[in-house]
Amino acid sequence: MPTNVVMEALSPTMEEGRLVEWKKQEGDAVAVGDVLAEVETDKAVMELVARAAGTLLKHIVEAGATVPVSEPVAVIGSPGDDTGEGGKRGGGEAGAGQRGSGASGEKDRGAAGQRDSKESQGTQPSPGQSRPVSMPPAPPAGAATEHRPSPESPSGSKDNGVKSDSPAPARDQQAEPRVKASPLARRIAAERGVNLVGITGSGPEGRVVARDLEGVAAKAQSSTAPPPSRPAAQPYTDVPLSQIRKTIARRLAQSIGPVPTFYLTTEVDMERIWEARQAQLALSGAKGAVGKLESGEGGRDVSVSFNDITIKAVALALRQHPACNAWWQDDRIRYWNEVHVSMAVAIEEGLITPVIRHADQKTLREIAAESRDLAGRARERRLKPEEYTGGTFSVSNLGMLDIDEFTAIINPPEAAILAVGRIGQKAVGHEDAVVLRRRMRLTMSCDHRVIDGATGAQFLKTLKGMLENPLTLVW
Amino acid sequence: MATLTYRDALNHALREEMQRDPNVFLMGEEVGVYQGAYKVSRGLLDEFGPMRVVDTPITELGFAGVGVGAAMVGLRPVIEFMTWNFALLAVDQLVNSAAKMRYMSNGQVGVPAVFRGPGGSALQLASQHSQAFESWYAHIPGLKVVMPATPADAKGLLKSAIRDDNPVIFIEGEMLYNIKGEVPEGEHVVPLGRADIKRQGSDVTIICHSKSVGVSLKAAEQLANEDVDAEVLDLRTIRPMDTEAVLNSVAKTHRCVVVEEGWPFAGVGAQVVDTIQREVFDELDAPVLRVTGADVPMPYNKQLEKAAKSDPAKVVSAVNQVLYRD
Amino acid sequence: MASSAAPRSKTKSKGLDPARADEYRGWLRQMLLIRHFEEKAGEAYSLGKIGGFCHLYIGQEAVAVGSLAALGPDDYITCSYREHGHALARGISSQAVMAELFGKASGCTGGKGGSMHLFDASLGFLGGHGIVGGHIPLTTGMAFAAKYRGTSQVAVCYFGEAAVNNGAFHEALNMAALWKLPALYLCENNRYGMGTALERASALYDISERACSYDMANEVVDGQDVLTMNAAMERAVTRARNEKLPTLLEVRTYRFMGHSMSDPIHGHYRTREEVEGQRKRDPIAGWSQRLIADGLMDEDSVRSMDKNVLQEVEEAYQFADQAPDPAPEELYTHVYAGEEGER
Repeated sequence: MPTNVVMEALSPTMEEGRLVEWKKQEGDAVAVGDVLAEVETDKAVMELVARAAGTLLKHIVEAGATVPVSEPVAVIGSPGDDTGEGGKRGGGEAGAGQRGSGASGEKDRGAAGQRDSKESQGTQPSPGQSRPVSMPPAPPAGAATEHRPSPESPSGSKDNGVKSDSPAPARDQQAEPRVKASPLARRIAAERGVNLVGITGSGPEGRVVARDLEGVAAKAQSSTAPPPSRPAAQPYTDVPLSQIRKTIARRLAQSIGPVPTFYLTTEVDMERIWEARQAQLALSGAKGAVGKLESGEGGRDVSVSFNDITIKAVALALRQHPACNAWWQDDRIRYWNEVHVSMAVAIEEGLITPVIRHADQKTLREIAAESRDLAGRARERRLKPEEYTGGTFSVSNLGMLDIDEFTAIINPPEAAILAVGRIGQKAVGHEDAVVLRRRMRLTMSCDHRVIDGATGAQFLKTLKGMLENPLTLVW
Repeated sequence: MATLTYRDALNHALREEMQRDPNVFLMGEEVGVYQGAYKVSRGLLDEFGPMRVVDTPITELGFAGVGVGAAMVGLRPVIEFMTWNFALLAVDQLVNSAAKMRYMSNGQVGVPAVFRGPGGSALQLASQHSQAFESWYAHIPGLKVVMPATPADAKGLLKSAIRDDNPVIFIEGEMLYNIKGEVPEGEHVVPLGRADIKRQGSDVTIICHSKSVGVSLKAAEQLANEDVDAEVLDLRTIRPMDTEAVLNSVAKTHRCVVVEEGWPFAGVGAQVVDTIQREVFDELDAPVLRVTGADVPMPYNKQLEKAAKSDPAKVVSAVNQVLYRD
Repeated sequence: MASSAAPRSKTKSKGLDPARADEYRGWLRQMLLIRHFEEKAGEAYSLGKIGGFCHLYIGQEAVAVGSLAALGPDDYITCSYREHGHALARGISSQAVMAELFGKASGCTGGKGGSMHLFDASLGFLGGHGIVGGHIPLTTGMAFAAKYRGTSQVAVCYFGEAAVNNGAFHEALNMAALWKLPALYLCENNRYGMGTALERASALYDISERACSYDMANEVVDGQDVLTMNAAMERAVTRARNEKLPTLLEVRTYRFMGHSMSDPIHGHYRTREEVEGQRKRDPIAGWSQRLIADGLMDEDSVRSMDKNVLQEVEEAYQFADQAPDPAPEELYTHVYAGEEGER
């Protein structure tokens, strides 16, 4: 039986996609997982893969067409199938789902109807009563609403490009097993973003209770807490907005656009970093130049750029200032316990922000390698959605373009972005003399709903201290 | 502070209120010449005379109705039932007359009366003299139900009950009359409808009233030895219930046990549990458990009677369950 | 068995006192008002405008009118659930009573009490009560309060003959006699407790003799003669006011209608002939003839009075029909003193 291939949502915000190129032609044999086409989303060029095996019977759209998400683009089936009917949604599986539940629902309804008829005369006969007892109950209309496939279920069209006409086992519709948990445990888990599925419950019959989450969940860390050596078990802590925080948010947003931004600028002395980098470059044998990335791939000879150093310093500073490592979530602020630094990369069509995950826990060399890979693939528009979403703080660097300093636009829901200017020699007072020193200007844009002036300033101060004392980056 | 027995605290409250308001009078079986079956009214006949301390025939329905009628026209009777077991004969007057008069008359006629006497289980008094009826009266809109656990509360709550313009069911603990406690000197009034934290704690809330307060405090002491920090919340007034205090405590501790002397079915604890699950469901880390009297008429035999009553061991066991300490 | 024993107290057949002519004519008007009001209430019930139970007072009008005329404005009155007539005779307006039967906000208890629970505290009218005998101890309590305060008030309790068999009656009368309270227990013996004849429920036929158990004054009164009723009541009230002693009055009367609107005029428990026979002693016909015979009224003035009363009842009906229902928030008012409602 033929099944439709539909335009899938290949990025979180994608509403339509442009079919760039068909990789399988009409008549080609197709296995599950085969790349059928390349699709350009709002963020990247992605692959549309087959969810069913068979023969690609028909391209419904031609290359170059723009197709809304979940609309059909092709048909897979056996040769000879009528492709005209391929688009019909699988009614069989929904029917199967309804049938079983409908029967049990009908049983209750019928019993209730009989009770009613005994107690009060003159009421309308219930559906259960009006039917002969021997007749198998038909699914009541109302039951269908309870078993409508959810968007997350395999039969939901958004997640699955291919619709199967064969009845899916009902069990498959329940994606996750029901976890027994106390109401308090559920609340805590929801607040901390913990998935209860993986938690072993210590209560009766494995009920997850509050104490089972004690090891898993920790409160937002204070600014002086040392960074954990491993990723935190729960990645963030949601803190519902206090009234004062709500008022600040509302009033500041009224004052300046939807994101009430303010800017903090500081100047960092880069002499010691400069020296350190020169030394590192000498060690690795690479010929580094200011603000320029080497193209050496992999291994130990990856050169570390100033941008990499800045990202690392930012990540470590965020560890000490979780108040700046946060998302604005409208009714709450999500304080992340993990540090994922977005780095702005200019590409031909504009801008994308690939993310260095757990940047605080990576070595400079790892960050250098990763940033190079991400930037390269960004320019080729080959990033996967998960590689350019989920950042907790952004860094934008225009130093290589000789910009002294600038203000960057915050990338919501992140609460701040750091704009990095060029490193240039400047006459400054140093140890009672006016000398030339390499300096770099940092400007932090802060969402005032999340970060207050002093909060941002303290973060910048820490960051400046780290950059001026490079040892802190390796210790 | 003076140290008084629960009995004398009640006596002082009656005396002070009768001195304060000439409309207050005491009526019941053996309240006068006999000085009270439990000596709560000791000395009052001498002080106030037979018009204000009225001995009645053994006729609960009759004198309860007399009290309601007198209250309907502005007196403030305190009607003593020798025990609440005997008040069953007067339930029609309490439910159909006292509780409903204000509503039926659209606010024209109120019943500012207190109906008081000992209730709850006693010692080997068998089935007809050893039972707890607070849930019966708490079920009735129009009645307030008050149950002091300490001498100080006994005095302060009785004074408030007498001053209240509603019919108040005031159930004293039959086993509490001899307990002693500090009672503030002078005017001491405890408002109706306010619970009292008898012991602060953070791990579990034990909600109780009347004699169960002592049981719960003993349980809390045992639990403290096992590093469990129990909060003991004395409802004091069953209706109107201080739900705010209940919810605040449960929201703090996340676990709750409700202790009462009465039978389990539709007991006071059932109402407490309903409120908790409805209002602070997401605070609960365990189902709320109840410790009640056994679901049987009270037996006479001492061992059977002990098994039928709630006691500290049963409370500790329930707390261990809600804390998942097995 | 249907014919009553000869009442012990009878007003002698002497001429009516012309000095009380206005009062006597007033009694006729009150009885006519009760009669026509109840007829209209029956009609409204059949139209669905009155719900629940509705117990009519037709046939017993002289009891309420004659006895209440003997009371002062500060005295206390309680009744059973067959109390429309007493409420009207005590002076609650026909509009307020009809509106209450209709369950309207303008009713004398705001639509919350209904037919069985009429109140007007300003008139000392402290309720129709729905539990047979339940209000008898309340009245004893009100008499106790009068004695407690040293006032000259009396408390009167109206109840049917079926109530004398229950414990509340016994307990309340015993205490009233024991404590010498200014209470008046007026038993309206209409011969049937619902469908159970007196002799099928009570071992003692003469209810007045129950008072002997409490060493209480008692009297049997012809309740179909308003003047006789009034005279007996005055004796009892005087005893209560002056001697602080209670009285049990057994007032022999008859209900011309069924027990309630759901009971036919004569069901299985009494015959058509019995009802017809009793109707010949209609208290209203008897009293209007007496007034005419004694020259205090003539047929025209009686007709005119009747017309006037019919007009008032019609107006009460219209008033009740158009009156508003209680506001929804009234559901929670007056459950407790000092609070709008308890939730």
